[in-house]
Amino acid sequence: MSQPVGKGGGALEVKFVPDEEVLKHIADDAGIKVRKDKAQLTVSVKRFVKKLENISDNEAQEILEEKNYVAALGICAQDPVENGSSVSGSEVYSFQTPKRSSKMAELASELAQIPGQSVAPDHSECPEKTAKTPQSSSNFLWAERAWKCNLILLFAWQRTVLRRYMFILLMHVFSLLLQSKKREFVSTTPYRLRKRLAAPDPYLESESEYSASCSEEEDEEDRKEVSTVISGQKTPAKTKAAPTPPPRNTVAKKTKEDKMSNLVEEYFEAHSSSKVLTSDRTLQKLRKRRLNRQTLHDLLKKAPLAYAAEIKELNQQHESLFSKWMLQLHLGFNIVLYGLGSKRDLLEKFRTSLLQGSVHLVVNGYFPSITVRSILNSITEEVLDHIGTFCSPLDQLEFIIKRFKEDSSLELYVLIHNLDSQMLRGERSQQILAQLSSLPSIYLIASIDHINAPLMWDQAKLSLYNWLWYETTTFSPYVEETSYENSLLVQQSGSLALSSLTHVLRSLTLNARGIFRLLAQYQLENKDNPSYPGLSFQDFYQQCREAFLVNSDLTLRAQLTEFRDHKLIRTKRGADGVEYLLIPVDDSTLTDFLEKEDEDV
Amino acid sequence: QQIQEDLNKQLFDNLVSFLRQSHSEFQEKTTEWTCRMKSREIPTAALVLGVNVTDHDLTFRSLSEVLQNNITPYIALLEAKDCPGIKNLMRKLMGQLMNCCIEVDSLEDEDCVRVSQKRIRCSMTSLINWYESVTKKTDSKTPSKKRTSSSRHWQSPPVVVIFKDMESFITKVLQDFIVISSQHIRELPLVLIFGIATSPMIIHSLLPHSVSSLLCIELFQSLSCKEHLSTVIEKLLLTAQFPFKLGEKVLQVLINIFLYHDFSVQNFIKGFQLCVVEHFYSQPLSVLCCQLVDAKKRVNSLSHNQCENIRRLPSFRRYVEGQASQKQIALLTEDNFLKEIIQKLLEDLHVYHENYVSVLRCLHVFTSSLPKYPFGKQIRELYCACLENRVWETEEYESSLQLARMLNKSDLVTMLQQCVEIFVSSSGKEFDKTVEKLKEFLTQFQKLEAEAFQEQDVSVSPQKDLQKKTDLYHLQKTLLELKESRRSKKLTKFEKLRFEVVDYIDSLVRNYLVPADNKTLHEIVYFNTASVLRGHLNAAPRIALHTALNNPYCYLKNQALKSDGGSISNKAPDICIVYKLHLECGRLINLVDWLEAFSTVVMAVEGPNADAASSDQVDDIIHARFIRAVSELELLGFIKPSKQKTDHVARLTWGGC
Repeated sequence: MSQPVGKGGGALEVKFVPDEEVLKHIADDAGIKVRKDKAQLTVSVKRFVKKLENISDNEAQEILEEKNYVAALGICAQDPVENGSSVSGSEVYSFQTPKRSSKMAELASELAQIPGQSVAPDHSECPEKTAKTPQSSSNFLWAERAWKCNLILLFAWQRTVLRRYMFILLMHVFSLLLQSKKREFVSTTPYRLRKRLAAPDPYLESESEYSASCSEEEDEEDRKEVSTVISGQKTPAKTKAAPTPPPRNTVAKKTKEDKMSNLVEEYFEAHSSSKVLTSDRTLQKLRKRRLNRQTLHDLLKKAPLAYAAEIKELNQQHESLFSKWMLQLHLGFNIVLYGLGSKRDLLEKFRTSLLQGSVHLVVNGYFPSITVRSILNSITEEVLDHIGTFCSPLDQLEFIIKRFKEDSSLELYVLIHNLDSQMLRGERSQQILAQLSSLPSIYLIASIDHINAPLMWDQAKLSLYNWLWYETTTFSPYVEETSYENSLLVQQSGSLALSSLTHVLRSLTLNARGIFRLLAQYQLENKDNPSYPGLSFQDFYQQCREAFLVNSDLTLRAQLTEFRDHKLIRTKRGADGVEYLLIPVDDSTLTDFLEKEDEDV
Repeated sequence: QQIQEDLNKQLFDNLVSFLRQSHSEFQEKTTEWTCRMKSREIPTAALVLGVNVTDHDLTFRSLSEVLQNNITPYIALLEAKDCPGIKNLMRKLMGQLMNCCIEVDSLEDEDCVRVSQKRIRCSMTSLINWYESVTKKTDSKTPSKKRTSSSRHWQSPPVVVIFKDMESFITKVLQDFIVISSQHIRELPLVLIFGIATSPMIIHSLLPHSVSSLLCIELFQSLSCKEHLSTVIEKLLLTAQFPFKLGEKVLQVLINIFLYHDFSVQNFIKGFQLCVVEHFYSQPLSVLCCQLVDAKKRVNSLSHNQCENIRRLPSFRRYVEGQASQKQIALLTEDNFLKEIIQKLLEDLHVYHENYVSVLRCLHVFTSSLPKYPFGKQIRELYCACLENRVWETEEYESSLQLARMLNKSDLVTMLQQCVEIFVSSSGKEFDKTVEKLKEFLTQFQKLEAEAFQEQDVSVSPQKDLQKKTDLYHLQKTLLELKESRRSKKLTKFEKLRFEVVDYIDSLVRNYLVPADNKTLHEIVYFNTASVLRGHLNAAPRIALHTALNNPYCYLKNQALKSDGGSISNKAPDICIVYKLHLECGRLINLVDWLEAFSTVVMAVEGPNADAASSDQVDDIIHARFIRAVSELELLGFIKPSKQKTDHVARLTWGGC
């Protein structure tokens, strides 16, 4: 803060450096962009020169802009004063910029900053307003400098709570200056910049966010100025990010119709451009071990559930409706529950409290291998005690309907968790379930979670289902429901594959196990080779012979067929017609497997 | 309560079936006509039923019933979902035909039973064999028994095949069936009925010319669903016999759902049922909502608690406040006295309803024929308006009265006659006077008519004068005079009478069409919580999700979550934060960025005191929380894994908040 003002010359230098940097950076980038950016560059350089000429003039203008800015800040800062811990980010939220890649980080830092404001709201507010104009220039110098040479410093600032407000202030001021010169670059290249930053030193990543957030603020300013000052510069920025939505500032003032059309535009904007700007970072670079399901579960157990009291209260509200549900079920309606949060526990509670004495069937729709057929089977076999099979689900359904119609004393409660799950959402299965539920003595309670779940049903099905909708937002985590999702991108635990591997191999002969081991070992040896095609059959045969595992190529083939039947290996024909063998399991699992095998032996 | 609801339901069902019957009767006539068609072509009836698919089931059921009773015992109802192939279709057809034949014959037709048991190859020939054997049998074996019915059924009753939803049949199956059956039309008199939801053009677009030329199509239009609805409303709501009533808003909701969502009378009835259930469930005093006689009995057996409940009703309080002080005390303390009063009040309410309906109809007669329809064409619109508030204070009422004052005589007379009919048919006792009065009006009109004849004679004569004087100037002068005289002239007798009539109607309306809210004890019979109904019938799951994610404070009443509109704080549940962050992204989302953004937010909440020492463990927990939140979002359908780029997910929704 107490930076000497005598750094005016330094400031000029500082101003120049980012331009150069960016130039260099752009030079690396091949292709069309260079030309475009160069065009922009010249513009900005011109501007820069102009700026040098009338620097005093500019300063006055800056102060003016800053005043503007203080007003804006004041608005931001007032919010937390008014209601404890709220967000000043509302305008940012409704505000969407073409460069989406860094947007998330911005919002994150935005959200993260707020407690700093609310910790000492008055503290931050008063000095800001009073000390604004005198300090601004020095602040700005400092910021520029910091940004240029030492981002870690910035990071350290962020850590210090005392100076947090200052940080925010700096960021704003900093952006203010930056935007006047290198707006074009920053608005299009933040992620590349960040990548560059991130590449040499992984732990600089957190700073990159701050640079990003700066650029965001800048962007906001950008908009402001675009409307007021420059018109010539708008075009290059536009060409760069072709499908730019109209600036939101104006949109907000427009009528609803515009909003509608805007929505449509947004859709096409999101889907028209084949190229999507996202950063190239992958999880592997994060040096973080992947969590498997068990550790995930344990970790989540450790983390306390937020707002447990409120959630409990919500649940109690829903539970008070149980008897009503019961009545309505008996009157021929079926009940569907929707809303955020797992409704499994709620339904379980309903079951245990009211359905103890009666025949009921619980269907876990989220289970990946559930089918309508299994539901129908469990009805016919366990409820109706019918032994025998049916040639089609339709026949089975007919049989069930007949039985239920004949015997009016039969009653069945069906609870379906996640009626909209992958397996049950098909048209035919919904049709069958709907017909089932239309029986007067079958009472159905189901829950749906997917946002598009109601699209499953057309008019005819809806009338068969005869739904009554109940909103039961519970906010409780979907523990069971998500545990079966195989595509969990983050964890990808191989535990299932591993266990199946060992189980299958247990049942095989010693020789067969040896064969598999050989293949696995060979694959692991080549794991660093990205274009590893697999082990060719001939080589494999040779190796097996040497290890005395097979005596003829026929026996090996027989073994391989067995593996293939259990989906343990995959064969591929190469370009030269040679058969290659692969184990379709990822390396870590394979290593685990081999270790386990070693233990067993 | 349960019993009552069941009763109500039965009532509905009766009504509905009655409706269908009346509707299908007109169809039956026409089908008979098609049956008589004898030609190489297959006689076909195409029923255009409209878009309210859900109601079709009932229509078809009643239709087949009617057909079975009157024309032929052999009817098969086929639905598209049962017939994925021609084989299934034939099997279904055979099964239905043979089953129903067993039912009709009711003899131990061993052949028939055996046939169906054996499940012989389902083919047209076997069908024909079966048909011949059946018809022969009925002819030869049991002539005496069949004699009575043969008057109804002909010698060879046709086989009617109904395709319920023609549009959803696979065209190939349909074509094959038609071609095959046209080969056998001589041996097997087949009649097809297509149920069509869209437009009759669909037949030609579904079937090529070579196939459709085999059909002899006759088109029938069923009644529109709106008419069904008005009948239902008339039967359910506009009667005094049915004790349960709908409030204005509830009715509006139901009608809106009908008009804007599905056009389904069945759904309307479902909504009505729900209203009944809700009312009886939520209103403890709804025990009194039954027929007047029962209600009186029940009043006597009210417990003290229930009496207290009644005392708490706002309408009853208003009533008490209007009474003398001594009576007030008695009402509030003595249960027995209260019961008496309640009985009286209930009776009042009943009478009020009776009168209400007939006056409403009467008013409808007047307003429905006025130009521009100030109260709409349907009586339900008028009913809504009357329920809402005092109808005579509305602008529409003003304008309609003014318009009514300009009606011509013949219209007015017919209207009055209609009103008289309405009042006579209504059971109310108070209407004797009104009927008399109206009749009086009528006779006066007749008198006027007679007078008018004379007047006409009179008025003819000056015209004659006019013709005599061909002078232009004089003509102008006389015309002006005539005009003057007409303007200055007092209202004619007819006009006076018209005014009287309108005023009288007005007074009737003011007397009887008081909105129900002003009536004491209206809470017992009126159901008014429209929001509940809307929530259950016309739910908006996406909006619920959206508010839960965007504004968790709506559900979790924690001060930390409270925020001004649209934005959330960083203390929100994980899934809300993750959702919020993902809104800022484009089509693809980088998981690493997302995770980092998330951890920034979460770390900020935990505060700076979470230092680097324990950061490793904290990180893991945050990571786990992130995983959970992301997979929850995936379950909700906001994102899906993408193969386009490593560690990316695709967004499935677009647009910011």
